[in-house]
Amino acid sequence: MSENASIRILAFARYAELLGADRFELSLPNPPTVQGALNDVRQLPGGEHLPTRVLMALNARQAQLSDPVSAGDELALLPPMAGG
Amino acid sequence: MALLTGEPLDLGALVAEVVGPHRGAVATFLGLVRDHHEGRSVLRLEYSAYPDMAEAEATAILGEASDRWPVELAARHRTGVLEVGEAAVAVAAAGAHRGEAFEACRYVIEELKRRVPIWKREYYADGSVGWVEPRS
Repeated sequence: MSENASIRILAFARYAELLGADRFELSLPNPPTVQGALNDVRQLPGGEHLPTRVLMALNARQAQLSDPVSAGDELALLPPMAGG
Repeated sequence: MALLTGEPLDLGALVAEVVGPHRGAVATFLGLVRDHHEGRSVLRLEYSAYPDMAEAEATAILGEASDRWPVELAARHRTGVLEVGEAAVAVAAAGAHRGEAFEACRYVIEELKRRVPIWKREYYADGSVGWVEPRS
């Protein structure tokens, strides 16, 4: 029986507005990747409006879509940065 | 010191963090809220951030700059609502000479804008509000 990994999703700025939340838990079958988690987020209400390419951060560092995700990880969806 | 603060920025205090008796040059940058963006009149900006990642990226950027130039560096970015004319970001770079101070200061602000997860919401004079998307 496969175990599900629970990860925390953070959304910021425009993406938080689209998804209607700035943080939530996601349960994924092992072994998930960043791409897998993002695919699941796209299935959520509002997720269909996310752009084709979304910048992702895993545990507060920029991530590749192929990076593996573990239970307890924090995955963030980052709109194009506009600081400074 | 941390990058992010909710308090008004103090450039004098930032400079005090980087000066030293052997450093003869201090270069600084201040980014202020402008009253216009893409032809629209702006009243105020609201800055938000992903704090853990913003701090990690800022630490990395300052480390890269001090590896590359013999400088002492400090950077601060304000979050929350800022009115036109207020400072959103400040960078100070101190070195023995102005060459390295100018170059390091430029490097830090360019990288901060490129890599640090901070977003801004613009409040326009016509009452509308919009997220700023940087030109790629």
